[in-house]
Amino acid sequence: MIDNHIIAPILIHLFTAIIQLACWSKTVTQRVLSIAGATLGFAFSLGLFIKVYNGEILTMNAANWDAPFGIVFVADLFSSTLVLLTSIAALAVSIFSSVGVGKARMLYGYFPIFHFLIMGLNGAFLTGDIFNLYVWFEVIIIASFVLLTLGGRKEQLEGAVKYMALNILASTFFLTGIGILYGITGTLNMADLSVKVPLVADQSIVNLTAMFFIIGFGIKSAVFPLYFWLPSSYHTPPSAVAATFGGLLTKVGLYAMFRVFTLIFIPNEFLRTVLIVLAIMTILTGAFGAIVKLDIRRLFSYLIVCHIGFIVGGLGLYTKIAFMGAIFYLIHDIMVKTNLFLISGLIRQMRGTLDTPKLGGLYSEYPKISLLMALVLFSLVGIPPLSGFWPKIYLFEASFNANSYFFIASLILASFITLYVIAKLWAEVFWKEASTTELLTDTFKELDIFRKTLLVLPVGILAAATLFLGLNAEFIIQVVDRISNELLNTSPYIEAVLGK
Amino acid sequence: MELLLVLLIGVLYSAGVYLILRRSMVRLLLGIMLLGNGTNLLIFLLGNIVKGKPPIIRADLKVFEDIYADPIPQALILTAIVISFGLTSFAIVLLKRVYALINSDDLDDLNTPEEEDL
Repeated sequence: MIDNHIIAPILIHLFTAIIQLACWSKTVTQRVLSIAGATLGFAFSLGLFIKVYNGEILTMNAANWDAPFGIVFVADLFSSTLVLLTSIAALAVSIFSSVGVGKARMLYGYFPIFHFLIMGLNGAFLTGDIFNLYVWFEVIIIASFVLLTLGGRKEQLEGAVKYMALNILASTFFLTGIGILYGITGTLNMADLSVKVPLVADQSIVNLTAMFFIIGFGIKSAVFPLYFWLPSSYHTPPSAVAATFGGLLTKVGLYAMFRVFTLIFIPNEFLRTVLIVLAIMTILTGAFGAIVKLDIRRLFSYLIVCHIGFIVGGLGLYTKIAFMGAIFYLIHDIMVKTNLFLISGLIRQMRGTLDTPKLGGLYSEYPKISLLMALVLFSLVGIPPLSGFWPKIYLFEASFNANSYFFIASLILASFITLYVIAKLWAEVFWKEASTTELLTDTFKELDIFRKTLLVLPVGILAAATLFLGLNAEFIIQVVDRISNELLNTSPYIEAVLGK
Repeated sequence: MELLLVLLIGVLYSAGVYLILRRSMVRLLLGIMLLGNGTNLLIFLLGNIVKGKPPIIRADLKVFEDIYADPIPQALILTAIVISFGLTSFAIVLLKRVYALINSDDLDDLNTPEEEDL
């Protein structure tokens, strides 16, 4: 069904950014506009999600060119769920940024770039054209380059060099893949590709092209041998920026992987094994990296890498139950990882450092906020009935059915290591006596109550979303069940885009 | 013509990969640029390099009977060139700033945050 409202989440953030560019030096106006834009974006994304959940797949043909020839935007349940999650994360980050980001950064265009980034994310989730997906990826990376380097401290620039080089390389791989794919099929529309790729006479070229996509998306989503840029750059920008990156940027790579490898290339036995091996290595390296790190944000960066493995493994198993687990985990991960980095920002406000040996005594000083943080940390670990627990059941079941015991072993090991790391973090940061030798500055205490609320509220919003995911798991399982059906049986998607 | 382009693409890709594997930041940048150009040429090549064959169907026919020069890859390259122009200019400014800060062209010197951990 054709519905032109589906690009509203893209347009709202575009116009918010443009209006903010017009108020370049008025930081208060920019803050208000940012929160207003993010709220409006959330309202429209929720509307889109409800429409798709109750109805059918919606499409929009840009400039009214019919489907295989023009650019088409498609909102199926997978896309609209991710757009909704992005808008919740964007709302939380934009509220947090109004206090958590320094005025100097705002004067150099922090908010407009942030909204361009969210626009790029929404565009990547909604597009149904593979070259258009490439363009949205470029919008995302150029916006993220600016957010990462804004401020220009030495560590930031050093992290940015690695981030920049590997992400441009990923785009080059992706573009090469698109070029070859166009050469062998003559189309760029993903639904049309899904029809035409199996008809290609020489399937070895198709497999080769799939490798280009695996490497391109693998770098973007930080899969095992290609993840090094992530832990060496995510701890450098302000926490609000790191929250957007940690929660959303790697997930867009995973989304693209799921989309391309269910719609265009159906993985054969070899490719599935490759994905599972990569997933196991990602889980293990991420988990072991997290044990060693003392800086909170570095630790969280490695946890991101570790949990990416869970989702890639779900794709590698390629059964309905595995997809349900992986997509539930993806939903849970976006909410929790965004929140973790916001929490690290709060801790930095309260103590002025993120080095665990120097921290301590947060629980005795801020018991209520600490309990709020504990809730998030518990859902990350996956203590039932919180949200991290449910997807793991499905992943275990799927890997038992597929006899993939190494994957189960790595899942269990990674869950234990996550528990250990979080328990250590809790003991070091919250329970340990506050250090008396270190001079720590508490800038949080000096803030007035309004600013304090603006900092804590987003953590609360995301924690409430996580609680909803955990306690209302039945609804989420219905949603992921339908998403998995859509991914495994792509004919409704193809019919919606191409018509009968 | 096509063989020449294929060879050129191969040279650009291999030179790009070689330069990316070097430790110098300037070479890294040049490597990325060469790889990008190789990709653009690859897409150009896939759009059929033929002379005097515009993508217009003859009045008395319904479909293309002959090979024709596909205009879409050229539109794609145009987009890709503009994007890589933006990214490259950002990368040049970034590397210049990093060079001014750490006074070295060696990628191995970019590890100050890692050392603070130990």
